[in-house]
Amino acid sequence: MAKRTVIFKNKPTIIGSYSIVGPKEGKGNFASYFDFIMKDDCFGQDTYEKAEKKMIESAVAGAIKNANIQASDISLLLSGDLLNQIISSSYAARNFDMGFLGLFGACSTMAEGLAVGSSLIDGGHFDNVVCATGSHFCTAERQFRFPLELGNQRPPTSQWTVTGAGACVLSRKGNGPKVTMATFGKVVDYEVNDVNDMGAAMAPSAMDTMLTHFRETGRTPDDYDLIVTGDLGKLGSEILIDLMEMNGIKLGLNYNDCGQMYFTRNQNTLSGGSGCGCSATILNSYIISKLRKGELQRVLFMPTGALMSTTASQQGETIPGVCHAIVIESDVKPQGGGVQSKSINKSTTASKGRSKKES
Amino acid sequence: MYYLWVFLIGGFICMLGQMLIIYTNITSARILVTFVLIGVILQAFGIFDPISQFAKAGINVPIIGFGASLAKGAIGAVQAKGVIGAFTGGLEATAGGIAAAVVFAFIFALIFKSKTKS
Amino acid sequence: MTEKERNRAYNRYVKAKIPKTHAWPSLFNSFFVGGIICCIGQGINDLILLGFPTMAEQTAWGYTLVILIFIASFLTGIGVYDKIGKFAGGGSIVPITGFSNSVASPSIEFKHEGIIYGICVKMFTIAGPVIVAGVVSSVVVGLIYLFV
Repeated sequence: MAKRTVIFKNKPTIIGSYSIVGPKEGKGNFASYFDFIMKDDCFGQDTYEKAEKKMIESAVAGAIKNANIQASDISLLLSGDLLNQIISSSYAARNFDMGFLGLFGACSTMAEGLAVGSSLIDGGHFDNVVCATGSHFCTAERQFRFPLELGNQRPPTSQWTVTGAGACVLSRKGNGPKVTMATFGKVVDYEVNDVNDMGAAMAPSAMDTMLTHFRETGRTPDDYDLIVTGDLGKLGSEILIDLMEMNGIKLGLNYNDCGQMYFTRNQNTLSGGSGCGCSATILNSYIISKLRKGELQRVLFMPTGALMSTTASQQGETIPGVCHAIVIESDVKPQGGGVQSKSINKSTTASKGRSKKES
Repeated sequence: MYYLWVFLIGGFICMLGQMLIIYTNITSARILVTFVLIGVILQAFGIFDPISQFAKAGINVPIIGFGASLAKGAIGAVQAKGVIGAFTGGLEATAGGIAAAVVFAFIFALIFKSKTKS
Repeated sequence: MTEKERNRAYNRYVKAKIPKTHAWPSLFNSFFVGGIICCIGQGINDLILLGFPTMAEQTAWGYTLVILIFIASFLTGIGVYDKIGKFAGGGSIVPITGFSNSVASPSIEFKHEGIIYGICVKMFTIAGPVIVAGVVSSVVVGLIYLFV
């Protein structure tokens, strides 16, 4: 079988990143890491779709500003979102004088963008590209589920779409965390058809990408300070741990899931966060800042996406999943050895159910 | 005190709806359809009116009552006007409820904006 | 193991893995709220009959339902009904107020797509099946009554 893992020899560098989130996310576990917390979900716009577009716009602009370069130095914007025809991204791209590649990888878009962007830079075609994605609770609810005012209950496996957008600038040179590898995922469908249980639908795709990554690179989970999936949620990440164990690989305390970590326990998000913004905002705030400080040395970032639409579900189709993985490495030497980073990761998961299971 | 019956029967019917939600995971549109059909069937077999005698609002306020009036209207009109009654009777009997739902929804949609959940 | 078997085994495994929640608190909530909504309906009906003693019972019921539908639409508009629904589940879906909520909520949600293509077109995205099922089955019942 042909290899799906790319090793980047020129090590594309993340020279700037930016994250923007909604008010509920701003009260979550990562509140202190975000660049900007919106006061309300509308972000000064009259519809939620326009708000989502503006969030992606500000994330891209913020990332360019944090990278300390000019927008005119950037060749390409790679962006995607959850809405039909990825309107938030394409409409946001109107305001940027650069090439635009629209991506759809559902909630895996951030990794898809970084993997494609890194390949383009590594190949020597571009000097700077910017990768972005975002999601909005209200637009996702309306498109995939029910009107906001409908008085229904959410099943315990359902997840909360994160209102947030993240962007980062990839460059051929400069200082910052380096993207060293990417494993492109294949579409995996284990015939889960419950649209309220995305974690279970996507976990097999995460397993497939993870196994492929370890097989093709010869690495093991211990080679990483942090292995993080996107939005499998509480249930989905437990399933992934089980699936990996069945394949003889034990995921330890260095594994976690952005969706599971995102919200505090009393924020009523049931199985956790989801959406493009879920993994994108955590990567572009917490993870990149830790990598920049050297507190994390090597991270396997592998968000999953559920590639379904309401039409397909109503026609009885099951939910296919895809998962792209990228490896990001710090360019700063650790201060007190790699042990420190693991204990940091542990403290953020201390309040979660999984750590209970582990101990 | 017939309010007790109203409370118990109305509550019981709603609880059946909740059981459907929990054990079959169906959406609210399907719940509503199921209960309308139950109402039509109860009325068709003539069971609805005897229950309604003592349950009052307990069975009329749940959407079962809506189904029952549809069937009752159709049955009554068929006997008075013939075949055309089957088509006119049901909606005639429930026109008030449907029109109210449409009109108020329209007005409030013009006034209010959807709000995010927390 | 074929793919079919693998998928079936996986779905069985997922089903067993889903955390079991106790049913009785939500059943109690729906019972309680549903009962209360029915009692409110009965109260409105009794008040109408008290104020207009000559009114036919059928007409009074008509007014009662209209008032309940009005209240539910209004609560939907101000964003309260979805909170009741989160607590009560079936308790606020099964009563006629739930029907009103399912008409009003898409109307409000889609108002930004315009009055015609937003409010008017989307109004029955959830409640439409209720009217269709009700009308079709009542016509069938009417026709059966004609021939038996």
